[in-house]
Amino acid sequence: MIEKANLEIFAETLLSLAKKDKDIIVVTSDSRGSGKLTNFGKELPDQIIEVGIAEQNLVGICAGLSAVGKKVFGVSPSSFLTARALEQIKNDIAYSNHPVTLVGISSGVSYGQLGSTHHSIHDIAVLRAINNLNIVIPCDNFETQKVIQSAVNYSKPLFIRFGKKPMLKIHSDNKSFKIGKGIRVKEGKDLVFIATGETVQRAYQAIEILEKDNFKCTLISMHTIKPFDEYLFLQSIKNTRGIITLEEHSESGGLGEKCASILVQKKITTNFKIIGFPDEYMVNGSQSDVLDHYDMSPKRLVEIAKELIS
Amino acid sequence: MNIKDLQLKSIEYRKTILEIIYNSGAGHTAGSLSCIDILNVLYNNILDINPSNFNSIDRNHYIQSKGHSVEALYAVLCDKGFFTRKELNTLNNFNSHFIGHPTRKIQGIEHNTGALGHGLSVAVGMAIGLKLDKKPYKIFTLLGDGELSEGSIWEGLMSASKYKLDNLIIIIDRNRLQITGKTEDVNPLEPLREKFLSFGHAVHEVNGNSIKDLQSIFKKIPFEDQKTNIIIANTIKGNGISFIENKVIWHHKVPTKSEFQDALKELDKQTLSLKND
Ligand SMILES: Cc1ncc(C[n+]2csc(CCOP(=O)(O)OP(=O)(O)O)c2C)c(N)n1
Ligand SMILES: [Mg+2]
Repeated sequence: MIEKANLEIFAETLLSLAKKDKDIIVVTSDSRGSGKLTNFGKELPDQIIEVGIAEQNLVGICAGLSAVGKKVFGVSPSSFLTARALEQIKNDIAYSNHPVTLVGISSGVSYGQLGSTHHSIHDIAVLRAINNLNIVIPCDNFETQKVIQSAVNYSKPLFIRFGKKPMLKIHSDNKSFKIGKGIRVKEGKDLVFIATGETVQRAYQAIEILEKDNFKCTLISMHTIKPFDEYLFLQSIKNTRGIITLEEHSESGGLGEKCASILVQKKITTNFKIIGFPDEYMVNGSQSDVLDHYDMSPKRLVEIAKELIS
Repeated sequence: MNIKDLQLKSIEYRKTILEIIYNSGAGHTAGSLSCIDILNVLYNNILDINPSNFNSIDRNHYIQSKGHSVEALYAVLCDKGFFTRKELNTLNNFNSHFIGHPTRKIQGIEHNTGALGHGLSVAVGMAIGLKLDKKPYKIFTLLGDGELSEGSIWEGLMSASKYKLDNLIIIIDRNRLQITGKTEDVNPLEPLREKFLSFGHAVHEVNGNSIKDLQSIFKKIPFEDQKTNIIIANTIKGNGISFIENKVIWHHKVPTKSEFQDALKELDKQTLSLKND
């Protein structure tokens, strides 16, 4: 079933939480429209701070608001938030330990033909390397709602990213959600897909095809990149014939390389494939065309899966 | 080119902007319409940049810092022969180099922009470099007014002043709107002229949609000895199409079929009345 965009769920959830808690403050940088927060601004004008097109200023102001007791959500396109304001994130939020939630909207290649300046295929990698900053990438409406609810009183700096397209429903509403614990979506011995964010949907669709060909697959939605759920990862790959990781991000420094480093250090050798964006001048196109081009179409995933364990 | 020819060209450029946005299904409509007269005068009468000298450093240079208005740049560069209209029509197609922001994969484009607040520092670097080599060429850069909220702009302005960059011309597309609404509501800029003056620059204000005014202000460069030239170009966002003008939603709205046809009709009327003038 196709649900809403995670972006919409984020905005709805935040507005309903903020109506009950006047300490929740949203900070935007000419980004309230892109963040679906226009309504928030109308309904709770005292709980939104607008800084103009100034992402570094935004992150610093978030730190300051947090320092005086506010529950702060800084919302800006992931590309500008995490590249432009990286030093503010590192020093003013993470190092100074202000439990701000930074929300990177339209992440990955959501901006399609607007090109590389607007894509964030670096954000997981650079933020993973910053101490005291946790990272969550929800895959569907359920995970998005849960992570926003969890973020309000979360004790640590947190980064959340998602796109703006309607998503497939992956989880039932009674699943349990906890930051730091991945969720097993499907269970099967032949192959394990470890995916994060909206690529979970693509893995899910590939598995539906593979199941028709009698391949049994495990799917993990690894929504939290940091702290990484090593236990679930190691449990789920026991006795499998192959592992595929999937992320809307550069192959460098993301989910796949995190998994690889665990495998090597645990001396586990198995068929293993990282799917992400290669280091090249990337092809231009819509988000879904770009994902398809870089092996993330369900059809290509099926081919890669079969090759991997043949 | 004389004023009237340029005015006619602006209408043609506006048509191209609307056509490529309409046909490709995406684009920054109003910001392209607000700055097109500036690009028109620059490329046709001031810059002297063309396909045959583009690959040389020894010429004037233009960096469009407000990269989202790339459709205006495409319209002008296409007219100057940097690429064909057929090539431009691949805008936003899969695997096309014509995308929604300037990239150097396209002949005629100097610098990759799109993230706001970068162009000025790069322009400052080029202006310093040309000065070091005692070259007479000038660097022009176009900034959005919303873009001025980025701190890097003010860092660049200080360097420009320190290095007395009279070979640098900064044009502000002062259309008073950004995505969320009015610049003065989102993050007030005024008194803008005084801010620039206090940084030590020479500042002029013009009607940035008047070919005549633009032409005469560009002829006055350098404004003052050893000072960076700043032009506050007061424009109307969406200029030229009545129902797009000053409407905040048109920042990146794509015209519907009937809006597109209405817009073309308005432009055709403008051409007629100009020709009968
Ligand atoms: C660093 C950065 N932050 C945010 C954006 C998103 N963005 C694109 S255009 C725009 C508004 C620009 O307003 P202005 O500079 O006034 O341009 P104009 O009105 O001429 O279109 C914004 C916020 C961006 N491109 N770059
Ligand atoms: Mg503006």
